[in-house]
Amino acid sequence: MDLHGKKVIALGERDSVPGEAIAEVARSAGAEVIEIRTECFV
Amino acid sequence: MDPENQALIKRIVEEHGADGIVVMLGAGDAEAVEVAVETVGDGDPAWVGPLAGVQLGLPVLHIFEDEVKEQADRTVYEEQIGFFEMTLDVEEVKEAMRRARGET
Repeated sequence: MDLHGKKVIALGERDSVPGEAIAEVARSAGAEVIEIRTECFV
Repeated sequence: MDPENQALIKRIVEEHGADGIVVMLGAGDAEAVEVAVETVGDGDPAWVGPLAGVQLGLPVLHIFEDEVKEQADRTVYEEQIGFFEMTLDVEEVKEAMRRARGET
């Protein structure tokens, strides 16, 4: 899948990869990040 | 996947349509990965959240997959994800993604 121009919903987790890190990577691949979430399991 | 995120994704698709939308995961647990793929594809398997019985058919990638890594800026990927590649089980996550897609 070509990520360029895709609208990404970044769903991270607090105990693994956070949403913001996913978003940074997605943007660097040319995608548009439309939502960022970091789930928290406690 | 928690009900809040299910509601969020459902709302986004209702407002913008599913065209061009990709869900990108960062979960480190194989079961969580498989459930997330199923939830945004075929609906909530537990039948409790807003996506119960709702087939959005959204594509899902995990941040650890080669398809993402190869398209990302190498420096950004290393800065943001490098640590997690060392501390989480990358192969287990990749295998879970393949299983969830029915590739294995």
